[in-house]
Amino acid sequence: MAVASIQVSETPLVLYTLRRADDALILGHRLSEWCGHAPMMEEDMALANMGLDLLGQARELYAYAAKVEGRDNDEDKFAYLRDVRQYRNLLLLEQPNGDFARTMVRQFFYAAFADLYWRAMMQSSDPTLAAIAAKSEKESAYHVRHSSEWMVRLGDGTEESHRRAQSAIDDLWAYTGEMFHLDDSERGLIDAGIAIDPAKLHAPWLKTVSGVVNEATLALPDNNWMQQGGRDGRHSEHLGHLLSELQSLPRTFPGATW
Amino acid sequence: MYTQALNTSDGDNSHIEDAARSANFQARIDADERIEPNDWMPAAYRKTLTRQISQHAHSEIVGMLPEGNWITRAPSLRRKAALLAKVQDECGHGLYLYAAAETLGTSREELVDLMLAGKSRYSSIFNYPTLTWADIGAIGWLVDGAAIMNQIPLCRCSYGPYARAMIRVCKEESFHQRQGFEIMVTLSKGTEEQKAMAQSALDRWWWPVLMMFGPPDKASQHSDTSTKWKIKRFSNDELRQKFVDATVPQAQFLGLTIPDPGMKQNANGNWEYSAIDWEEFNQVLAGNGPCNRDRLAARRKAHDDGAWVREAATAYAEKRKQRQHAQAAE
Repeated sequence: MAVASIQVSETPLVLYTLRRADDALILGHRLSEWCGHAPMMEEDMALANMGLDLLGQARELYAYAAKVEGRDNDEDKFAYLRDVRQYRNLLLLEQPNGDFARTMVRQFFYAAFADLYWRAMMQSSDPTLAAIAAKSEKESAYHVRHSSEWMVRLGDGTEESHRRAQSAIDDLWAYTGEMFHLDDSERGLIDAGIAIDPAKLHAPWLKTVSGVVNEATLALPDNNWMQQGGRDGRHSEHLGHLLSELQSLPRTFPGATW
Repeated sequence: MYTQALNTSDGDNSHIEDAARSANFQARIDADERIEPNDWMPAAYRKTLTRQISQHAHSEIVGMLPEGNWITRAPSLRRKAALLAKVQDECGHGLYLYAAAETLGTSREELVDLMLAGKSRYSSIFNYPTLTWADIGAIGWLVDGAAIMNQIPLCRCSYGPYARAMIRVCKEESFHQRQGFEIMVTLSKGTEEQKAMAQSALDRWWWPVLMMFGPPDKASQHSDTSTKWKIKRFSNDELRQKFVDATVPQAQFLGLTIPDPGMKQNANGNWEYSAIDWEEFNQVLAGNGPCNRDRLAARRKAHDDGAWVREAATAYAEKRKQRQHAQAAE
């Protein structure tokens, strides 16, 4: 009997893995929305390329979460049969693409974090997570280079591109704090050496981000109030629309194989 | 203005296209030599290739749209990754082909502007809508299948840059075709709803795909010189027949019915198909297909909305160059 939604046993390791998988899936999905609509063909390819990398990371992480969970869930059930409240991605990554500057700023803020994060996770005592980290780090290093270069081109390009890039930074800044947030479910994993403490990444992240933003003649906002909730399934209103599109076929034809 | 731009590529020497050069050129073609960008070539050869290669490039780029329409809705992560990779490949094909076209002397920007202005065509097939997920399977199976039939002979086309681009394109294209067929296999083995979806896709794509091979031989305006110059190695009807003969058994394997009740196999083993609705084909080429307006609007919007990004990149590159000059001068 086909089910409309799945139950997930959110043990700390499953929850931890799903949070990272959801990050990759949701950002990959957003990037894939650009396909055929980018400002230039080269960028169409680059955005699809990064979207594909992220989709690949999501699939590996979902597969691992399914294995750890030990129920009959799999990557597609996690992706297609969980509702908004079960999704655990960062709020930053579900933000709409907006214009190219908004997409690039979102990409830059996350890639600058992901690059540090995956590099640190290569030391995880969990061999699967360490292996996924080793692969993902190579990809995020490319993503951070690509988005940094665009930050500088847009910030130090024309008046209009500068204005758009600054406005994207101002709008998205409040979503960056969630990347460094730690909750109780992750503490045990950190003590066991499975996860890393994201708070420790904040200083190096800020150094990278300030450096690029500075070179781009842009500025970081003074307001350091940070929005949270994605990790607990309290999302912005954007995610529901994204999921209704993403999940439409498996929900229309429950139980079918594609 | 654009016509002028096309003509300038012929250079100042176009008036000395003498009989000896033409004869030498044709002798090289007849000896199956490859023509390269710096070689002398008749202005009409340059023009016809610029037209064909750029239209081929436009087709790859516009062709991203009907399939891109389903990337956010692909029904499994595996299918989503494959589709995204495929559409990315198509963009890459567009880039190879524009590069090949540029070796003939017209810039990519000029060629793209012609397409956006509706003055240069792209393949008629991309003016049809993708209404269900099965359409993505049907496009891979049939549209890429037809494209391969058309493109394999182009790997031996007389113009070197085009032939080499085609070798790379065909490798990826056959992979896409297998992916599309695999989607159809999965659907045709699936639920009743999935089988119906697959049949509906075949019903809607079959005739438009046959039209991809172009007008019948007796009405094809570019065929004579294209054949003489070995740009074209088989006629439209020959390739169309090859495609039909290869595809009928695949449809039978899927348990699907080709929407041509009059179709029958003749004594030579070829499948004879019914008359194609050339009026529909002409309407689609004239801009009156189901999606012509949407496709061009989407490409124009991407181009217009992206203008400030391209301007920013240019402005930044210029500033950087000036700073480097200033540093060097110090």
